[in-house]
Amino acid sequence: MPLASDEGGSGFHAPSIADFFPPPVLWEGTIFEFNRIQLVRLIAAVAIVVVFVIAARRAKLVPGRFQNVVEMGLDFVRVQVAEQILGKERAREHTALLTTMFFAILAFNLTSVVPGLNMAGTALIGLPLLLAAWAYVRYLSAGVRAQGLGGFLKASLFPPGVPWFMYVLLTPIEFLTVFILRPATLAIRLMANMVAGHLMLVLCFSATQYFLFDATGIMKSFGALTFAAGFAMTLFEMFVGALQAYIFVVLTAVYISLSVEEEH
Amino acid sequence: MSPAAITAAVVTAAEGSEEIKGIQLLLPEGYDIFWSAVVLLLIAIPFFKYALPALQKVLDERTEKIEGGLAKAEQAQAEAAAALDEYHLQLAEARAEAARIREDARTEGGQIVAELRTRAQDEAARVTETAQRQIEAERQQAAVQLRTDVGTLATELAAKIVGESLEDEVRRSRVVDRFLDELEATSATTSGQGR
Repeated sequence: MPLASDEGGSGFHAPSIADFFPPPVLWEGTIFEFNRIQLVRLIAAVAIVVVFVIAARRAKLVPGRFQNVVEMGLDFVRVQVAEQILGKERAREHTALLTTMFFAILAFNLTSVVPGLNMAGTALIGLPLLLAAWAYVRYLSAGVRAQGLGGFLKASLFPPGVPWFMYVLLTPIEFLTVFILRPATLAIRLMANMVAGHLMLVLCFSATQYFLFDATGIMKSFGALTFAAGFAMTLFEMFVGALQAYIFVVLTAVYISLSVEEEH
Repeated sequence: MSPAAITAAVVTAAEGSEEIKGIQLLLPEGYDIFWSAVVLLLIAIPFFKYALPALQKVLDERTEKIEGGLAKAEQAQAEAAAALDEYHLQLAEARAEAARIREDARTEGGQIVAELRTRAQDEAARVTETAQRQIEAERQQAAVQLRTDVGTLATELAAKIVGESLEDEVRRSRVVDRFLDELEATSATTSGQGR
């Protein structure tokens, strides 16, 4: 199985978009086509599920160290995201969704810095798109349930407190925002961040490889510089991975909140 | 997409092919969607069906326990305060009771002393009266005795002097009475002058 940055030999391996379309491993050409990114996703999914199932199975009234860490994560999503944005009452029915999304995205994002995996599961558009679609369905259905179909459309497309002729301009913009831009930006923001992070990491480390083994003389010392940059980028990528997971669930919560509230 | 094509793309990284591939980033392949759905379900089902409810249950239980504990502590505190109040009340009652008992005792003591004093005075008065009465009786007895003795003496003396037997009872009585009357008259005048 080829790894993202393991192309040995001579020459500088420039990172490219082709990294995100690795050769298929199984069932080539079918809808089940399986390549290393799918494998990375499976590993991340199994890992996060195992962590949570073990935590849930061993959950006790007086938590141990492991349970404490898991509960801290759960608390973070519940308090800092769900309750902060939706309020205590509304947060209850959406906390499960936001929690699942947060930890799923976090797991898929962090595979980008795990040695051997070296690729974020969310760097390929399919997964962010499905997550965004999930958020989309949730905030539309929450809006319709809270205000009825007519009420939701009226509140979304005809914001109150605006002179009537402004609706000519506002309504198409609001329509685009609510029905197209919100899910699209959710998906693309996540995917683009992970793609960029991967490209930066590959650039740094393949440059290091090139300088150390292929360059001659004084140029070799540049390897240290690019390695340091790669190290910094790895830390940064972890930060971005967590940040993007947070942003994704915060925006989902905000969209739900905008849908269920009549005035905004 | 064959491995050869990818290698070529990687090595050359031509601008033209970059653009085509760039748009590919945004257009999901069928298999991408399929496997994304698989891994999402793989995560979502255990999370929604098992892990999150189980963890939430424990969290709720803990909250309940803490709230119960707090309520219990509050109740215990209230009970302690009530007990303290009751204790204070009882203490005050006991103090009042003690004061009352002391007061009663003092009153009773006073009564007893007064009673005893009265009884002693009565006794003393009785004793005095008895004594006076006895003295009076003795005095009268002495007076009667004296009168008899003086009569006898005087008679004997008169007989000696007169030489006349006053054996006649009637005469003797008359003589004695006359003598005594004179004597009494004399002593009455003397005592009247003496006053």
